[in-house]
Amino acid sequence: MSKLDSKIPEGDLEQKWTKYRSTIALVNPANKRSLEIIVVGSGLAGASAASSLAEMGYKVKVLCFQDSARRAHSIAAQGGINAAKNYQNDGDSTYRLFYDTIKGGDYRAREANVYRLAEVSANIIDQCVAQGVPLAREYGGMLSNRSFGGTQVQRTFYAAGQTGQQLLLGAYSALQRQVGLGNVEMLSRHEMLEVVTIDGKARGIIARDLVSGKLERHFGHAVLLCTGGYGNVFFLSTNAMGSNVTAAWKAHKKGAFFGNPCYTQIHPTCIPVSGDHQSKLTLMSESLRNDGRIWVPKKKEDAEAIRAGKKKANDIAEEDRDYYLERRYPAFGNLVPRDVASRAAKERCDAGFGVNKTGEAVYLDFASNMKYKYGKQEAIKKGITNPTEKQLHELGKEVVKEKYGNLFDMYKQITGEDPYEVPMMIYPAVHYTMGGLWVDYNLMTTVPGLYALGEANFSDHGANRLGASALMQGLADGYFVIPYTIGAYLSNEIRTKAIPTSHPAFEEAENKVREQINKFFAIKGTKSVDHFHKRLGKIMWDKCGMARNESGLKQAITEIQQLQKEFWSDVRVPGSADEFNPELEKAGRVADFLELGELMCQDALHRRESCGGHFREESQETEGEQQGEAKRDDANFMYVAAWEFKGPNSFELHKEELKYDVIKVSQRSYK
Amino acid sequence: MSHGNMNLTLKVWRQKNTKATGKLETYKVTDISPDMSFLEMFDVLNEQLINKGEEPIAFDHDCREGICGMCSMYINGRAHGPKSAITTCQLHMRSFKDGDTIVVEPWRAAAFPVIKDLTVDRSAFDRIISKGGFISVNTGNAQDANCLPIPKPDADAAFEAAACIGCGACVATCKNSSAMLFVSAKISQLALLPQGQVERTSRAKNMVAQMDEEGFGNCTNTGACEVECPKGISLENIARMNREFFMANIKE
Repeated sequence: MSKLDSKIPEGDLEQKWTKYRSTIALVNPANKRSLEIIVVGSGLAGASAASSLAEMGYKVKVLCFQDSARRAHSIAAQGGINAAKNYQNDGDSTYRLFYDTIKGGDYRAREANVYRLAEVSANIIDQCVAQGVPLAREYGGMLSNRSFGGTQVQRTFYAAGQTGQQLLLGAYSALQRQVGLGNVEMLSRHEMLEVVTIDGKARGIIARDLVSGKLERHFGHAVLLCTGGYGNVFFLSTNAMGSNVTAAWKAHKKGAFFGNPCYTQIHPTCIPVSGDHQSKLTLMSESLRNDGRIWVPKKKEDAEAIRAGKKKANDIAEEDRDYYLERRYPAFGNLVPRDVASRAAKERCDAGFGVNKTGEAVYLDFASNMKYKYGKQEAIKKGITNPTEKQLHELGKEVVKEKYGNLFDMYKQITGEDPYEVPMMIYPAVHYTMGGLWVDYNLMTTVPGLYALGEANFSDHGANRLGASALMQGLADGYFVIPYTIGAYLSNEIRTKAIPTSHPAFEEAENKVREQINKFFAIKGTKSVDHFHKRLGKIMWDKCGMARNESGLKQAITEIQQLQKEFWSDVRVPGSADEFNPELEKAGRVADFLELGELMCQDALHRRESCGGHFREESQETEGEQQGEAKRDDANFMYVAAWEFKGPNSFELHKEELKYDVIKVSQRSYK
Repeated sequence: MSHGNMNLTLKVWRQKNTKATGKLETYKVTDISPDMSFLEMFDVLNEQLINKGEEPIAFDHDCREGICGMCSMYINGRAHGPKSAITTCQLHMRSFKDGDTIVVEPWRAAAFPVIKDLTVDRSAFDRIISKGGFISVNTGNAQDANCLPIPKPDADAAFEAAACIGCGACVATCKNSSAMLFVSAKISQLALLPQGQVERTSRAKNMVAQMDEEGFGNCTNTGACEVECPKGISLENIARMNREFFMANIKE
């Protein structure tokens, strides 16, 4: 008997959420005031959950490690947010968004969760507009949409290339409103370092005040982890420097199962690595694929000449360019999902067609749309007959500037090249993690009273997330799911009085945290935290990155275990515990990444199929039209892998079988 | 490890904590690549300090792509350094020359106390927002988004004001340590939108009152904030805020 009960409501898919939502037990307003909820993290999921729960009357406490809730990394999301509004009258519907998401996730997500996500997607846009989020509009005053990968409709809402910023600031303003009203206590520069459980239920946390270094105990009737993803296990990723797995990992070690840890999204369009000093990678939004065409030279000698600096992109004649996505996937072209686009880029670069010094870059070229789509349109609008190529370029440039100006500026700032004149160079980079804490339909982990929302959970994206769906999921969880589902638990907690933090469970948890901190200072080793982080990242990228195989993964596990030992005997953490000490913060995070990395490799090793972002070299199509594409194994792997922590270097696998009642599972083809 | 060929002298503000007295310390960094960001150059320096057994320099940073607003260095007398319209994390070493001496200080303002070295406390900004930088709409009450058409020019202008990242460069730059560019950006965003009309009066009054209480100075129209703002927030917003504040006061 599986330990996993997903608690998916009975009934027709279309009715599950509506019916369930109307039958969840309620908590009356007087009782809500004495129920305390801790929210860890202040990104889209955390801020939206905290503000909504506070509006309902719960006593809420929010922690974030940054200096303000507004800094959470949701802010960096560029391209947009999906919603099944069908404002473009192009055939979109709740069902279609649901279908695209399940298919995009390579049939490894739960039908019921994804359908609910698609249902509430439209409410999110309404909510955000009501808050004053300035989403892009057409001249008639209506909201504007654009396309994202893996779909054939225009359902992505956006605010230039800063959609995440605008949505987060909307949620942040709702949160600050509740702070002002005294309904939320906001603790910035605080990091959660342990979950406190009493009688098997989550009852609070231990946090460190990052300024004073003091350890604090916080009680809560429920604890919500909204702490984002763990892409920084790779050291280089598009995540913020502080993004980490610590809260989720501590929860995991306290009994929360970790779902599908190996599902990592490698984003196809990032600025390539320029040198070994690099601290992070920068994304160029997927929305650019609306207007950019991806190519490498057809002839190897051209690619070699470019790498040697003897030729430039613009020297390659049109007929000598290989628009490989359009060639391989004519139906979706440049807008195939991220995992497919990333692998295709790797395939071309591995075959020797890469276009920068390191051979790991492809072109993203705006010239043709700039000139022949927008340039021509503008010329017609302005009544210019027979415009020159130069005129077309200049006219189109203005349109492109309005759509993607900030991204083009960012690119120029980082690389020193002007993408209005030469194609961008891009390469895949770690961007998002579909895996995360296993949660049931209520978003509760396997620890009662402990929830995970947003990227921190595993729930909605299967093995691959579609573009513009992360913002959707974060806000869906926070605004429209948890405010209802938390009632199922808290309605039974109304008789639980606030537990004093002098309780032995708090004592024990705090001691454990203090022990680890003291241990860091006691090592007095010779190497910095970053030294170990970089080495871990290299192992992960080489052996558990875009392509994985059995022997590589086995090697990676041995290497990571070795690295763990080295870390715990040779790391150097300067300063002391009772002060503002960023190196100490990093040490704690890297210690957890070292353990997580091992589990990711374990998970990748056990899943002997290719699906979504997880590509096992042993499992690919060998013949026919689909040759070289990922090969799923539904007979043996159509389940969620949920790992239980059993002690150091030991994890036990539990399986949640996935059932598809509505969608017909098939080969995921974008051809 | 060799990266590039620039050698630099850095004079960096070191301060143990809020109460301690700080001073500039001199450091040398070598083999810096022009492709490094300014913060990556600091990573190199910190690695060097750790290896020597010294305390690394504390500085705020997070997204390193110019949007979170966390990084905050005052470089050679300018907030976010010598180039305009970028944050510190987007500043690259190709903007400097081999042999340069670079002075790096924290944001300096009474309302932004130093926490340690180059890290300051900007929580005053959050307190200002919590006094009115929002629209009072609870989750779940919203009408269909397209029931409220908003003229594109208004939406665009609101977006431009909303692009503020709350880094505080405006305050650090202003000789009066005024926060008016920051506050006016939020007031403008909401005043320009139909959703913001209901609370327009109280918003202007309450946010300005909190701004004063936090100890930010007044605006004397030098325009330095606009010049140093990494997101190009316009001085027009301050004019609009003054109008909003004036109107709010005569309405009552």
